[in-house]
Amino acid sequence: MPTIVVEVMPKAELLDPQGKAVAGALARLGKTEFSNVRIGKRFELTVDGPITDIVRADVEKIADEILSNSVIEDVVAITYPEAE
Amino acid sequence: MRIGVITFPGSLDERDAQRAIRIAGAEPVALWHGEHDLHGVDALVLPGGFSYGDYLRAGAIASVSPIMAEVISAANSGMPVLGICNGFQMLTEAHLLPGGLIRNDHGHFIRRDQALRVENTDTAWSTGFELNDEIVIPLKNGEGGFIASEDELDRLEGEGRVVFRYLGVNPNGSLRDIAGITNERGNVVGLMPHPEHAVEPGFGPDTSAAMRSGTDGLTLFTSAIQALQAV
Repeated sequence: MPTIVVEVMPKAELLDPQGKAVAGALARLGKTEFSNVRIGKRFELTVDGPITDIVRADVEKIADEILSNSVIEDVVAITYPEAE
Repeated sequence: MRIGVITFPGSLDERDAQRAIRIAGAEPVALWHGEHDLHGVDALVLPGGFSYGDYLRAGAIASVSPIMAEVISAANSGMPVLGICNGFQMLTEAHLLPGGLIRNDHGHFIRRDQALRVENTDTAWSTGFELNDEIVIPLKNGEGGFIASEDELDRLEGEGRVVFRYLGVNPNGSLRDIAGITNERGNVVGLMPHPEHAVEPGFGPDTSAAMRSGTDGLTLFTSAIQALQAV
């Protein structure tokens, strides 16, 4: 089944408290080479059938309107499977 | 006067909201997220809780529930709509209110009796207050940090659409200490603190007069009833 991957990140200018907590844990483990951590989301959308232009248009709409909230997040990538 | 309270999967405070409506003098009507029917109510409350376990984003999945089509249409035609906590998050996700709510800047869930200043007494849910009234109602959230672009914040401030502002302590990192806002028309209000938990002596926040005697939240509900009676 073809799978489309949508990646969403919190906006760069906003505080990411989850990432900050992980960065704090890394620092406590002595992994001081990592100065910052940000946590985003990866969605894998499985499609029944071929990835048509209609499917692509739907994915872009869904990514913008449901999978992300443009006030707080950015869609950073939509990756389609290699054509067979 | 009938005020609907919508229950979503994971709502927590719908019974308290119904009780607040009853104490304020109206009839609460329980509504279900999966229906396309507002049962003829005069106003709506979207209650607090963790709809859909806060999956995706707090309020995001609830904001595309079947009943939200009717909620959006009713809000756009002027019906008073109040979103409390998770309900506020739903209203921003449904684009009925601007901005968004993100995880508290300190990373912790917080629960406290919170002082607020009332800065707009023209909305359907705040007419019963005096301008700059200071009230105390409970707050409890993990993702209550209000954010919006600088332009949007300036617009909200310029148009007087900040209804409630945190006083003393900013509990969650909300920009400009914003606790609650309204839409342009003033019929839709969203806030993170919980007015429905401060409506009956014995069960509210402590006051200087007596323990748990705070009932400042009741005025939001009586305001809506008055606003509806004035129509």
